Order: sequence, then C-alpha cells, then structure tokens
Amino acid sequence: MILIPCPECGPRDEVEFHYGGQAHVAHPEDPYALTDEEWGRFLFYRENPKGLFAERWVHASGCRTWFNVVRDTATYRIAAVYRLGDPRPVLTGGTP
Amino acid sequence: MAPLAGAPTQALPEHPEFLWRNPEPKKSYDVVIVGAGGHGLATAYYLAKNHGITNVAVLERGWLAGGNMARNTAIIRSNYLWDESAAIYEHSLKLWEGLPDELEYDFLFSQRGVMNLAHTLGDVRESVRRVSANRLNGIDAEWLDPKQVKELCPIINIGDDIRYPVMGATYQPRAGIAKHDHVAWAFARKADEYGIDLIQNCEVTGFVKEGDRVVGVETNRGTINAGRVGLCAAGHSSVLATLAGVELPVQSHPLQALVSELHLPVHPTVVMSNHVHVYVSQAHKGELVMGAGVDGYTGYGQRGGFHVIEKQMAAAVELFPIFARAHLLRTWGGIVDVTMDASPIMDRTPVDDLFVNCGWGTGGFKATPGSGWAFAHTIATGAPHPLNAPFSLDRFTTGALIDEHGAAGVAH
Ligand SMILES: Cc1cc2nc3c(=O)[nH]c(=O)nc-3n(C[C@H](O)[C@H](O)[C@H](O)COP(=O)(O)OP(=O)(O)OC[C@H]3O[C@@H](n4cnc5c(N)ncnc54)[C@H](O)[C@@H]3O)c2cc1C
Ligand SMILES: [Zn+2]
Repeated sequence: MILIPCPECGPRDEVEFHYGGQAHVAHPEDPYALTDEEWGRFLFYRENPKGLFAERWVHASGCRTWFNVVRDTATYRIAAVYRLGDPRPVLTGGTP
Repeated sequence: MAPLAGAPTQALPEHPEFLWRNPEPKKSYDVVIVGAGGHGLATAYYLAKNHGITNVAVLERGWLAGGNMARNTAIIRSNYLWDESAAIYEHSLKLWEGLPDELEYDFLFSQRGVMNLAHTLGDVRESVRRVSANRLNGIDAEWLDPKQVKELCPIINIGDDIRYPVMGATYQPRAGIAKHDHVAWAFARKADEYGIDLIQNCEVTGFVKEGDRVVGVETNRGTINAGRVGLCAAGHSSVLATLAGVELPVQSHPLQALVSELHLPVHPTVVMSNHVHVYVSQAHKGELVMGAGVDGYTGYGQRGGFHVIEKQMAAAVELFPIFARAHLLRTWGGIVDVTMDASPIMDRTPVDDLFVNCGWGTGGFKATPGSGWAFAHTIATGAPHPLNAPFSLDRFTTGALIDEHGAAGVAH
C-alpha cells in the first residue's frame, strides 16, 4: 500500500487516488506544426525510469485535486508532493 | 508427499539427467541475447535450429527464467481479435502442440480449453464478434451460453442474482496451460545442446557502440563483443534500451498472481473474466492458480497492491462460491511492460544490429515459441518475419496500431 499525502487532505491510502502518468507533459502549442513522428512521440512515449519519477495523481474519492508527486518506482517511496504548475523540485538519491 | 486419493495429481515429469552447462562468458559472440526468460531462450533455440547460428550467448542478470517466466499463470491461447495477433499467437499454439516431442521434455502442456466470460451486453457482442473473427482465421472458437459454461465447468455460478451474472463465454478448446518452468528448462537444455552459452548472474549494464552500430555489451563480468544484440528483458526492456540511447513506448507495471493450497480436481478448464477481473485454472498438482490485473501505476517492485488481490478474490468467490474456504498459499508479482495498444514490439531499433522484443505485457507466455521463432528470424536476417512485421516500432508513428485491449485478457 502506498500512503499518498494529498496536498489538501493529508495522507490517504492509494485506493482513494487515480494515477495520471508522467507529469510535465505539455500539449503541443501548435499540433499542426508537428511531424507524424513528433505527434507519435507526444501520444505514445513516456518516461519509464526505475527510480525517481515525476507523475500526476488525482484524489478521486476525496477532494478531487490533481497534483504532482515524485516517487521512486523501485521502492515506492514518495520523495516530494507539489501543486500543478509548480516546477519539479530538484532531488538527489533514489534508486539509480 | 503422496498424492491425495482421486486427485488429478499428474506427478511432475522426471527431469533429464543433464540440463545445461554454466560456462564462463567468451570474449565475443555472433549474437548476444539479453534476458534468459522464455523469450530469450526460445530465440536462442530457434537461432540455432532454424538459422544454424550457434555462436550465441544468452545473458541473464539473475537465475535462468527467474523473471516473468517463473511468475506467470501459464495460460496459452490464440483467440485474439485482429489478424496480426491471431497469426502470431496461432503460430505459437501450433508450435506448442509439437514442442514436448521436439524438445524431448515433458512440460505438461494440457489443452483443457479456455473460456473468456461475458458479463454485460457489450461483452457479449465483443465476444461473439471475436468468435467469428477467430473462425475466419482458422482458429477454433465457440460461443457458449451460460448452461454450456456450467456443463464445462460445473463449479461456476451462473445465477442471475450476482452483480455481473455470466451471460456466456467464448471457448477455445485447443487452449490450455503448461508447466512454465519446465518449458524454460526444455528450451535451455536444447539451446545448450547446440553449444549456446547460457550465462547466469551476468547483468548487462551498458552497450558498446561504434557510431550508430552496437558492437557489444558491458556487463558485471566484463565487456562481451557481439555481432548482433537482441533484447528480451520483459519488464526492464525500456531501462535497458535507454542505456543504448533507444526510447521505447512501454510502461512497466507490477502484475500479481496467487495460488491456493492443493485441492481435489474441481476445475477442469481455464476460466478468464476480463470484466470482473480474475482468471483461474487448477494446476496439475491441484493448486488453484489465479491472476488479477496490473497495478495502476508504474512500478518495478516485484509485488503488487493488496487491494488488487482483494478485488480479484471478491470476483473469484462470486463466480466460484466453493473457493470461499480455500486457503491462500502464496502470492507474488512480476513486472510486465505494456504498450498503448496492448500488443508487443518486435523489431530492429534505430541502433544498427540492436533488436528489441518487448511489450508482451501481461500475455507473453503463450507466445514464447512463436516469439522466439519470429525474433530469431529478425536477428538472423536483419529484417522482420511476416509474423512480426506488423509489431513494429513505427506503428506508433504511422498509427497502424493493433488494438488488442479486448482480447488481451488482463486489464491494463
Ligand atoms: C503474474 C503474471 C501472470 C501472467 N500470466 C500469463 C498467462 O497466464 N499467460 C501468458 O501468456 N502470459 C502471462 N504473463 C506474461 C508473461 O509472463 C510475459 O509476457 C513473458 O514471460 C515475458 O517474456 P520472458 O519470458 O522472456 O520474460 P522474463 O521471464 O521476465 O525474462 C526477462 C529476463 O530478462 C532479465 N533481465 C532484465 N534486465 C537484464 C539485464 N540488464 N541484464 C541481463 N538480464 C536482464 C530478467 O532477469 C529476466 O529473467 C504473466 C505475467 C505475470 C507477471
Ligand atoms: Zn485530497
């Protein structure tokens, strides 16, 4: 079980949340300017690191707030929680 | 332990006297395969058997076939929806049918049939369509009504007073299960007989490149030169590919399974339900073997969330009320790499002489021989076989996706 600290509600069991995948993936400003390859990358390619990963979660059965989390995908330790729009905190450590 | 009276207990077959050597890695090979799971071992075997390439090493960071190969629920079937998938999974099933003889190793391949249950009107329509699609592809498939489901598997609850009653099922009689560890050992033994080096405790930590070409791998046991390199690293395929400068459109997730204590024969076939999400068979020794869906988030911990098991057990007990008093013996997890269209990737990569076989996600065990067959062809000839040509990397650019979410059988 992962205990996820919602920025509004505090720590809650993972079953209250939904996962939103990699954080900081911006929709292309001008989709028409993209090549097929670039569009394919935007749609289908996400980082998949074994270690620290910035990802989005929503507190689906709570306050319904979306927020960002930096989590170690090998140990599941949560290293940081921050609001959408805030920059990813600079962290060191985590599973290499 | 003596088998229970009347139990199905097919005693496990004796192993051959000799399985494989444990050689030191040589300086150089024509082909290096990374990952000694079923796919890596089958690839090595078919490189030798179909293409006469035997100067091959299979490098495994842990012990041989200790990854997903040892952790899966061993279901084998070919009832996929699209022509491309039907072709490769059916090729694989045909290979399974001859493999125990060919590999001279009994791995208890048991064609006891697989049912995929339908619980909603949408499920019913999708299932009936799949039966027709399978038949058009020459694959055995039937649509069963709830009574026929009950005849084939008498312990199943077809009452209509449960949340998702059984509305019917697709049935593939030639589908079944096999003893997965034995499958790996059978491929390993034959690959060894051809002179292929199976090297355990050898982790690939990097790649040696000359320009855009791969010429070897770095390992914890030194540098090994290679004419060609094939990646068969399942859950870790993208971690590995990144080291070679190649990005893959896969995400790694934990997938878990569990077994009960031994029981008398109660469950004669394999039952899968995508909608309420559980799949069950009874192992040769008598354990009930069950699997669930993947954890919703990316993860490399070889365990899964408890709530996933909880949901799976709720579904199992509703479908099979007699399971309510069975004791859980063991749970475990594997790491599976999933793609957006729930289909694998088997292709060259942008790095010359580097080939990738990944993205089999939750369903690659059944493909083991077919995958090895096609991947060996791709590595030997430098070009995909017609069986794996559609499972290319560039389908994520061209949009020619092979959307098998419905037939994949496990939610992800
Ligand atoms: C719980 C569970 C249930 C499943 N049920 C089914 C089922 O019923 N039917 C079905 O068809 N499929 C099923 N699957 C999926 C199936 O197990 C996989 O798709 C398939 O095993 C993947 O291919 P593989 O056997 O080569 O992978 P693996 O056995 O995982 O082999 C990959 C190997 O690569 C090694 N490796 C990784 N990184 C490195 C490195 N850097 N250097 C050296 N070696 C490395 C790993 O240690 C591992 O041994 C299930 C999977 C799980 C986890
Ligand atoms: Zn909240």
